[in-house]
Amino acid sequence: MSRALSTGPEHPSPVGRWTRAAALAGSLALGLASASAARAQETIKVGILHSLSGTMAISETTLKDAMLMLIAEQNRKGGVLGKKLEPVVVDPASNWPLFAEKARELIAKDKVSAVFGCWTSVSRKSVLPVFRELDSILFYPVQYEGEESERNVFYTGAAPNQQAIPAVDYLMSEEKVERWVLEGTDYVYPRTTNKILEAYLKAKGVAPADISINYTPFGQSDWQTRVAAIKAFGTAGRKTAVVSTINGDANVPFYKELANQGVKATDIPVVAFSVGEEELAGIDTKPLLGHLAAWNYFESIDTPENKAFIEQWRAFTRNAKRVTNDPMEAHYIGFNMWVKAVEKAGTTEPDKVIAALPGIEQKNLTGGTAKMLPNHHVTKPVFIGEIKDDGQFDVVWKTDGLIPGEAWSKQLDGSKDLEADWVTLNCGNYNTKTKKCGGA
Amino acid sequence: MIRLLTLLLCLLAGPALAQAPGDAAYARLASDSYAEIEAGIVGLGASGDPRAGAVIGALADGRLLSRPADRALFIRDGSGLVEARTGAPASAEGLKPVRANNKVRRAIEAAMGGLNLTSPDPGKRREAADAMFKARDAGALPALDAALAKEADASVRRALTEARAAVILARPGAAEPERLAAIQTIAGRGDGDALGLLRALSADPSEAVRAAADRGVRTVETRLALIGAAQNVWYGISLGSVLLLAAIGLAITFGVMGIINMAHGEMVMLGAYTTFLVQGAIRAHAPALSEWSLAASIPAAFLVAGAVGVLIERSVIRHLYGRPLETLLATFGISLVLQQGVRSIFGPTNREVSAPAFMTGAFDLFGLSITWGRLWIVVFSFGVFLGLLFVLRRTSFGLKTRAVTQNRRMAAAMGIRTPLVDALTFGLGSGIAGIAGVALSQIDNVSPNLGQGYIIDSFLVVVFGGVGNLWGTLVAALTLGVANKLFEPYLGAVLAKIALLVFIILFIQKRPRGLFALKGRAVES
Repeated sequence: MSRALSTGPEHPSPVGRWTRAAALAGSLALGLASASAARAQETIKVGILHSLSGTMAISETTLKDAMLMLIAEQNRKGGVLGKKLEPVVVDPASNWPLFAEKARELIAKDKVSAVFGCWTSVSRKSVLPVFRELDSILFYPVQYEGEESERNVFYTGAAPNQQAIPAVDYLMSEEKVERWVLEGTDYVYPRTTNKILEAYLKAKGVAPADISINYTPFGQSDWQTRVAAIKAFGTAGRKTAVVSTINGDANVPFYKELANQGVKATDIPVVAFSVGEEELAGIDTKPLLGHLAAWNYFESIDTPENKAFIEQWRAFTRNAKRVTNDPMEAHYIGFNMWVKAVEKAGTTEPDKVIAALPGIEQKNLTGGTAKMLPNHHVTKPVFIGEIKDDGQFDVVWKTDGLIPGEAWSKQLDGSKDLEADWVTLNCGNYNTKTKKCGGA
Repeated sequence: MIRLLTLLLCLLAGPALAQAPGDAAYARLASDSYAEIEAGIVGLGASGDPRAGAVIGALADGRLLSRPADRALFIRDGSGLVEARTGAPASAEGLKPVRANNKVRRAIEAAMGGLNLTSPDPGKRREAADAMFKARDAGALPALDAALAKEADASVRRALTEARAAVILARPGAAEPERLAAIQTIAGRGDGDALGLLRALSADPSEAVRAAADRGVRTVETRLALIGAAQNVWYGISLGSVLLLAAIGLAITFGVMGIINMAHGEMVMLGAYTTFLVQGAIRAHAPALSEWSLAASIPAAFLVAGAVGVLIERSVIRHLYGRPLETLLATFGISLVLQQGVRSIFGPTNREVSAPAFMTGAFDLFGLSITWGRLWIVVFSFGVFLGLLFVLRRTSFGLKTRAVTQNRRMAAAMGIRTPLVDALTFGLGSGIAGIAGVALSQIDNVSPNLGQGYIIDSFLVVVFGGVGNLWGTLVAALTLGVANKLFEPYLGAVLAKIALLVFIILFIQKRPRGLFALKGRAVES
């Protein structure tokens, strides 16, 4: 009974695993010559570590599909280094410790060359030691709170300075906002982002009385009190905006309550960092007209690359209404960068690929070119979109040019002296004052 | 005679004069830049052009189209097109909608305010007055005075007076007595907007104005504090009714039958998905009835969830009676199976269940803002409660259920088919959970995870209220809801929840059987 229930690193599909293990043992026994012969038909394995069940499945399943599409597309173009790519999909089931186990399984047992995965910061933190220990590569596609730069991780989503800070700048300059409600779900990403934003707002001369920070539990569904409080905070006679780091499922009831209590975007705009096309697919967006989101990609951006990508995605999923979103573009960029780095290094060996990745450029889907930086973050444009009544976003503002991702926030005391540079300094947290590397 | 002549002249020159500013405004509306469009709206609103209202209204609805080639503007009117400036039918190619962002929308609201002040519809005039209250544009004073002089409707008059007072307070050059009167008016309004306006006067040079504003702030603050308290109680009742809905099915399966049913939340989820399907079907086959899709979903959700409940009882739970731990594990397993099943069929993303018109928006009750959706859910939840009470107390099925749960062997000896009653009772509890799903689809995500969010709260309510007692469930749900909402403004949502859990743990220590403990032999056995 307990064996059957266990979801540990044992074998969910024992037959496949055993034959693979047997094959491995066999090739070891046959020695070097036959092993190299076997390698000619070998594929390059790519790990996909996204939750397909549990709470996070809502967001992560899409990314798994996006990766399968990208890999199929690459294989159609002839694969990498003359070999076909083989996706290895595992399901960490929205369970943080299971992420670490599944990552170990991917690297140690399946011998994948790189892993694309994780969504929440908790899951990323949980797999970090595994990637460090087994020296493999993780591409992480979601906007996050920063304050991290790891040798084995490449962050293709936005750092706070590529999403949160430009959004606040937009509200200040274009909407003349003077009072701020920072509304978030109670966990690491909103707390860190709000800390950075609070420091940034104060540096811009906003009085502490004009900033209200609030946290609600995961899956909060009763927003009556909070929305009433936001309304009250907004009646002080000066322009008020809400900066929302509310996560996942809690967003739908929040927006429904906003609409019901009549909070309109023309009075109190809400700018969200976790609400994209996918999330809006579950709500009637007519009452939300004009509320904002800040991302590095919107489906509505009109470029030939984006059009082709959307068509490919709809054909792949056989669903003409399927939407694309920002983390999908991040995987698109990350995957293509990895392909280029492997071709540049001439091998899939992690150390060589890690060394080859900084400096690699890849056209993004919105008309610019993303570049992998020495701190393992990428350059990105920032767009502000207003929600339209068809569930898409209308881009109303964008940054001039691309913003390089900052691993360490310039706003926070503990991190403003730190620098991440894996090319010249070979360090993720070099302190420019003490001239020392902080180490892991 | 001379007067008549000048009138004639004016009439002749009027359109020509009005067209000059209008021209520029129309050209600006066809621009790509939001700032230009905004300027165009302001210009058009002030131009006195008779088509201004129609054009700006069309822009607000996204029906205003421009032809980039020559900056001509058209309005989509039903299936055809009309020329924006003349209203004459037209046909054109290569049109794209004039876009609006928040700034443009604000300009539209303000301009419509000015234009609608003379509308024949009192509701529109009131909206216009509210828009002018918000805009506080000093230039609007003459228009407001003119409108006030003509206005007959009392509520619109009040809105206009308040808008006028707000404009006067915002204008630097107003005389002191006028300002004092304005403060009186604003303080009488007594809401958050009034408070903001009055607080802004705390640095006014005139002492009398400062003192009056100060008094005004105090009265408004007392009023708002009172309303705030009442509002919190209402939010509590509303949250309590949601808890009641979620828990009431469990009060049967767990409370009456004693089954620790971890799949209870998934019954709620099945109800929500049934609502989604019924709504989709009605929208596709009988669009005229779509307002009633929620009502149609109630029996459907009851049947679907109830049938699944009976199936679970017959296939799994009946083998496990008297073994609570195994029941817990088995039902937990069933809940995971149901979740993943729904995820495989409907996909992991949320499904949209739209709200009928009578459940959207809010109304004002003595300063309390009450949303229609929540009000209906409170009504619905009490209705379900009373219905269930009736079934258990007044029907033969209810009698049998109570007989079986109180003394199974005696009931069997009296000729009651206990296995059938078990299955139907479990089906009833599951069906009620399905009905809860119909209501919850209005306020929460319709996603495979829907049920998980309510399972813990449901158990809390049933345990706190006293196992096996429906009235206990009602009192517990309302107590927890109101207490949660009274704590929340002071402690924040996270701490309020923790405080409540601590309170319940302490309470259960003191009274292990909950608020309303069952007494008698049934309990001892």
